[in-house]
Amino acid sequence: MNLSYLFDITHWQLDTAGSIPQLILSHLWYVFLALAIGTAIALPAGLYIGHTGRGSFLAINAGNAGRSLPTLGLLMLMVTLLGLGLLPVLIALTVLVIPPILTSAYAGLRSLDQRVVDAARGVGMRPWQVLFKVELPMALPVLMSGVRSAALQVVATATVAAAVGLGGLGRLLIDGLAVNDYSRVLAGAIVVAVLAVLLDLVLALTQRWIVSPGLRVTR
Amino acid sequence: MSRISLAIAGIALTLALTACGADSDPLATDTGGGSAAPGTITVGSANFAESELLAEIYSQALEAKGVKVKRQFNIGARELYLKALQDGSIDLLPEYNGALLSALSTGGAPEGVSNPTDVLAALKKVLPGGTEVLEQAAAEDKDTLTVTQATATKHNLKTIDDLKPVAGQLRIGAGPEWQERFQGLKGLKQVYGVEFKEFKPLDAGGPLTVNALLKGQIDVGNIFSTDSAITTNKLVVLEDPKNLYLAENIIPLIRTSANNPTVSGALNAVSAKLTTENLTATLAKVQVDKQDTAAVAKGWLTENGLL
Amino acid sequence: MITYLQNNSEVVLAALRQHIALALIPVVLGFLIALPIGYLGVRVPWLYHPLVNVCGVLYSIPSLALFVFLPVLLGTKILSPLNIVVALTIYTVALLARTVADGLRSVDALVIESATAMGYRRVRRLVDVELPVALPVILAGLRVATVANISLVSVGALIGVGGLGQLFTRGFQLFYLEPILVGIILSVLLAAVADLIIVLIQRAVTPWTRFAGSRA
Repeated sequence: MNLSYLFDITHWQLDTAGSIPQLILSHLWYVFLALAIGTAIALPAGLYIGHTGRGSFLAINAGNAGRSLPTLGLLMLMVTLLGLGLLPVLIALTVLVIPPILTSAYAGLRSLDQRVVDAARGVGMRPWQVLFKVELPMALPVLMSGVRSAALQVVATATVAAAVGLGGLGRLLIDGLAVNDYSRVLAGAIVVAVLAVLLDLVLALTQRWIVSPGLRVTR
Repeated sequence: MSRISLAIAGIALTLALTACGADSDPLATDTGGGSAAPGTITVGSANFAESELLAEIYSQALEAKGVKVKRQFNIGARELYLKALQDGSIDLLPEYNGALLSALSTGGAPEGVSNPTDVLAALKKVLPGGTEVLEQAAAEDKDTLTVTQATATKHNLKTIDDLKPVAGQLRIGAGPEWQERFQGLKGLKQVYGVEFKEFKPLDAGGPLTVNALLKGQIDVGNIFSTDSAITTNKLVVLEDPKNLYLAENIIPLIRTSANNPTVSGALNAVSAKLTTENLTATLAKVQVDKQDTAAVAKGWLTENGLL
Repeated sequence: MITYLQNNSEVVLAALRQHIALALIPVVLGFLIALPIGYLGVRVPWLYHPLVNVCGVLYSIPSLALFVFLPVLLGTKILSPLNIVVALTIYTVALLARTVADGLRSVDALVIESATAMGYRRVRRLVDVELPVALPVILAGLRVATVANISLVSVGALIGVGGLGQLFTRGFQLFYLEPILVGIILSVLLAAVADLIIVLIQRAVTPWTRFAGSRA
């Protein structure tokens, strides 16, 4: 165990290709894209299912099936089909993001006190008003926990991108392994874990900021 | 109370199920690592098709002589599998004399050593303790720098020397280990003065490199000379006038503790029959025709009268 | 794909058997380890938050890094399947310890008080009352852990031990779809079967959840 790679200042220069900051940036870029695309797909679907109650069987099982898809296999399949590039990596990571967000959006709406929703209807809110002014804000804490667990998983899993020749912090793991440089593998593992913790912290603060203060008391 | 007994029964059942799984499973014999049962030889391979094919040929040749074999293929790059060989996780694997020599000599292979005999002699001096090599085959599989016909024409490339003036505009793709190897970027810079614009860490002469080359995502690729993709896609292999890439004869590397006359006899018989031509043709069956490696290995052994 | 399966049935079956063992042994071990840890997180209230955080960090260590490092930490051989088993056990504990704690915390205080009033001592109360009531939550976590493990095992193929993951790397090296597809399908099926088994166990041991209409 040694930390020499991590603490070597030459590995931290911003303008050197393959330096740790550059790998962090490309890593975060994959994570951001996967989260953005995944949320864009899973959130509306989860809200629709949760709001209408239609297709809840699908919501629960799609979540499980998605989780069981091995990311490495999916990634290798996509690269074999589509060739080298960002697209196959994004597809594989997005598939990872969708289940937790879909499930939590659905679960967040379903767990609401039905009387609140009825009351909202009773005061004359239209369905979309009920959804966006009542259901969604109240479901946010549960939804955000889904987003956070998705983010945690993607940060750790985005390392597989390096196995198919892309960048990101996985480079430290794969290259370190290939040249038998454990100090580099360790650096990769530590940076990934720290990144995950920081990202979770940012999301936790975001959650605090966007969740209505009135909901905070209940956990 | 009965709920709990049910729960415990359920867990016990799961335990029992997984335990059954373990019994009939490689894992049970695996946990000891390489030399599981006495007399069993664990054959390893690197993470590319040819190495796996050769390892399979070795395995079947040994089995034909009554030696018990455990297969542990597809381990990784040399840096990793040499470690596995030294810690006893594996006992035997197919190697390439020149690449192995370079990997084991600090600062790269000694100067002026490039023909098969010299390489072998130099190699025997640097082998890690507890390991030895057997007879080497005539078959060679060299590292090459390969470009597409279009790139070769555009920059008028025939040899690695020709790369020097244009390399600053070109991207090279190879396995990640190339960044640090003498027979990779370091040697290219020292021996030929060639420095590329960008290095893309892909795979060791595998499909990533070939496909990236064909799709123009890299300009120069590290591809093995026996790869059928070279002829299929009319790729241009750049000559190596300064012999950066040494002789690369295929040679069995084995732990001394696993070696005995039966084993060396079987493996030397394989080496005696293995030529670059029959290896290239056999490898194409795996790479191009997608035939099963075990069946292809069996075919080669039968053709050569070893089964 | 059928031809591929016919020609390679032995390789595929061996990969599948290894996959099952590598994925499920850690589930069982992790479950047994997570129970006391999760309980501790409830018994000692100030431990709960550190526990949740540590579990979160453990889960965010990339699996490949863990596979590579365990030999250094444990002194195991670098290709030993034991490394995969230990790594996945760590992930399972990270997932389940929190779930166990959450499950136990979800037990209504009134229920616990009634049990105490009926003369249950701490250990019997835990085993006879709290654990059964928390079981649906815990088993839901077990389902997630099992499915996650089954999909994680394949990463081991990058270091030469990965059950069905070996089919991925093999197919990938030859740019050959069949082995990759077979590996993915088997992996998903395996996860579905394992999940189903846990659901059936859950139904058998917690019949009351079917009447209450509460979370399944």
